[in-house]
Amino acid sequence: MAGEGELDDVTVIVPAFNEAASIGAVVNGLRDHFAHVVVIDDASTDDTAAIADGAGATVLRHSVNLGQGGALQTGFDHVRARSGRTWVVTFDADGQHRVADALEMLRVARSEDVDVVLASRFTGAARDIPRRRAWLLRGAVLFTRWTAGLAVTDAHNGLRVINTRVLDRLRITLPGMAHASELLGLVARHRLSFREVPVTIVYSAYSRAKSQPDLNAINIVFELALARLRA
Amino acid sequence: MLIKALLIVGVGGAAFHALRTRDPGGRALRRIAAVCFAVAGTLAVLFPGAVTWLAERVGVGRGTDLVLYALVIAFLFTAIGLYQRVQLLEERIAQLTRALALHNADRHRDDVD
Repeated sequence: MAGEGELDDVTVIVPAFNEAASIGAVVNGLRDHFAHVVVIDDASTDDTAAIADGAGATVLRHSVNLGQGGALQTGFDHVRARSGRTWVVTFDADGQHRVADALEMLRVARSEDVDVVLASRFTGAARDIPRRRAWLLRGAVLFTRWTAGLAVTDAHNGLRVINTRVLDRLRITLPGMAHASELLGLVARHRLSFREVPVTIVYSAYSRAKSQPDLNAINIVFELALARLRA
Repeated sequence: MLIKALLIVGVGGAAFHALRTRDPGGRALRRIAAVCFAVAGTLAVLFPGAVTWLAERVGVGRGTDLVLYALVIAFLFTAIGLYQRVQLLEERIAQLTRALALHNADRHRDDVD
């Protein structure tokens, strides 16, 4: 059960929007190891909040949909208001991440005392990744390396471990899915120390159906470009 | 031709306006522009020939073309202004939603987290 001393300084935040089909299993899997699991329900219209609550997560409910970036920022604010938490783990609600990978990333984070640990599916294994998706994600990696100047091998992985000492510097403002690149841009700008850890992404039929359409890449590029112009 | 310079200045001004965020002088400038627009509009209605005269001075064939160009520039500024306003509102809604979510969670269960 949860609360194994060692992981008491970790908060797992799970942004969720209409994930009733998967959120229960995800929260249960996390609760086996982590005492503090926070689901940010981004104004779901299904039973996501009730199921997450029943599975033992703390549920923060958005009254209106703010997108995944907005949900992550709510989770960050929640953690910042609590003392005694050293690490934040961000974890997707659709079941594409493995808890074992999160634990391994935490182990690396602790032993090397870095600010951020990022998950990479390209140094690890991506199970049944659709080919077009693979090319698109590689494009996103090149784009991120070029714009953020960060030598990463995966740009849009929802699994991360972040040291709470740097949360003040990671303020997510971009809507939708552009926040993943925005976050990496902030890591580069503030010269935060980071490691990449190979992980396995499970591309189930469900997570494929739930993930963002490929065409959304265009929106992400535009939002990042506009944000850069305004800065 | 003078009109080309004027149009480029207009487009450039709109782009500059888009990149500057929330400057306090912005509203004053918009008000001045609105007054100028009203005065020019009134004059154009009272003296239709004046528009054609002005159009020829700046290098446009017809008065209607000049009015069209002015409209395009005015629309550009309006669209950018509204876009910035919507962005600001979205930011505020996000802050409000976030504060509400955190507040409600704290109220319901301050035992755990």
